[in-house]
Amino acid sequence: MNPELKPRYSLQIDNLSKSFQLDNGTIDALDNVNLTVQPGEFLSIVGSSGCGKSTLLRLIVGLEKENQGRILLGDKPVNGPSVNRGMVFQEHRLLPWLTVKENITFGLTVYTQESERLVQEHIDLVGLSGFEQAYPYQLSGGMAQRVSIARALVNRPQVLLLDEPFGALDALTRIQMQQEILRIWEAEHTTMILVTHDIDEAIFLGDRVVVMSNRPGTIKKIVRVDLPRPRDRSSYDFVYVRKSVYSEFFAEAERPFVFSI
Amino acid sequence: MSVINPVAKIMKTPYRQPLTDRLPNLKGFSPAIKNIVLTLLIPVVLVIMWEVLSRKGIIRPSILPAPSTIGLTLLDMLKSGELFRHLGVSILRVFQGYILGASLGIIIGFLMGLFKPVEKAFSLITGLLRPIPIVAWVPVLILWMGIDESSKITVIAIGSFWPTLLNVIHGIKNTDKKYLEVAEILGKNKFTVLTKVVLPSALPSIFTGLRLAIGIAWMSVIAAELIAAASGIGYLIMYAREISQPDVMLVGVLSIGITGLLIDVLIRKIEARLLGWNINILGD
Repeated sequence: MNPELKPRYSLQIDNLSKSFQLDNGTIDALDNVNLTVQPGEFLSIVGSSGCGKSTLLRLIVGLEKENQGRILLGDKPVNGPSVNRGMVFQEHRLLPWLTVKENITFGLTVYTQESERLVQEHIDLVGLSGFEQAYPYQLSGGMAQRVSIARALVNRPQVLLLDEPFGALDALTRIQMQQEILRIWEAEHTTMILVTHDIDEAIFLGDRVVVMSNRPGTIKKIVRVDLPRPRDRSSYDFVYVRKSVYSEFFAEAERPFVFSI
Repeated sequence: MSVINPVAKIMKTPYRQPLTDRLPNLKGFSPAIKNIVLTLLIPVVLVIMWEVLSRKGIIRPSILPAPSTIGLTLLDMLKSGELFRHLGVSILRVFQGYILGASLGIIIGFLMGLFKPVEKAFSLITGLLRPIPIVAWVPVLILWMGIDESSKITVIAIGSFWPTLLNVIHGIKNTDKKYLEVAEILGKNKFTVLTKVVLPSALPSIFTGLRLAIGIAWMSVIAAELIAAASGIGYLIMYAREISQPDVMLVGVLSIGITGLLIDVLIRKIEARLLGWNINILGD
């Protein structure tokens, strides 16, 4: 199973708009979003809460239907969920009645002779060997999120969507998981789209950082992060990129506190 | 001298354990024995008081016989097999009615929980019938089915049907949407979603329903037997009252409690075995 042999598709989003009907009117969640994600790219999306970034992921994975525009994976339009797009949520969403191994097996669509080995490979990939028989309530937050990543990857999706996956973890575990997801990304060559409100995280992980504006969600700016990996969060270049992303959110006067880190 | 120095006074005060630790002085015993002692302490004290008050003539034996009298009657009834005969009859009725009522509750509960149209179609009927107390059914069912077994079993079935139905529906409808989304993303078919997501997530609630149902089934059988029966624990109690045997009555009443407790323990054991993943029941 050499990942290099997989056909690799780019993800293309054209003129995407989405609004929700509420009792007291319509809320425009996304307005005219255009974006192309290269195969194997790590794309970060930052925005304040409620800017529609999670809606964008739910549209890409197929849980929501767009009002206008289209999403293409390769040359096929996205129409409902499919195994070529995996997703990891902020909460681990593991089924509490299944063990670690069973949860990851649940991620498989078809069960073949290879499955057993594939599941074990992914348990090893996320560093949870020895915890196969543990139940979710016995795991720490970081471990549970690893299982969730393994479950999403076990089908070898083209695109892995990460919806604030480390948002609920403590600061130390979060940094550890960021390094972990980079290692997995480099091993699996999966296209990754990460939604976060943590600007540092977005820059640390992403090849590009998409900055989204609020209501309706539109793409305000795309910042390319041309920094070698592993990235040093306190290097001059990193701080420079961070400054340019911060300037999209905050006025000049509010910025200095940023450098106190 | 020590009175002058407050510190020395404090130092000399012997350490007193917190009240909860002091109550039964059980130092050196294992926690298991401690638990048993704690469980039995209050019942034993009550029984001793009851016995003492009875012997002094403060409690009239025609109203409430002494525990020793009840104990002797119990032994007699065990030896003669009379208690087991009546208990057996009642348990068999409960068993038959419960199986019928609970399975109907599970089946209809699943249909109503899974399919909106079915729920709508049944909602008026269930809403109307559910508030009717089980005892109100007894005369009606005797009219329809006579006073033999079938009317009693039906009463028990009705009694165990409602809590099962409501909890099955509740369990199914409360399946976390987040898990359903995960199943949707992973492209699971309806059958897999039902067996791997909906059913396990509804199980704790279903078990709650089954436990409530067995309690009500047990109540229903006694109610039915009190009204019209020629055997069973309810009949035993009623007959003993007619011939003024309070000790027999109380043996009957107590045996209901003991059997109910045993059944509850049994269901909890099954539940703990089936729902090992459910952190909420591990403490029990």
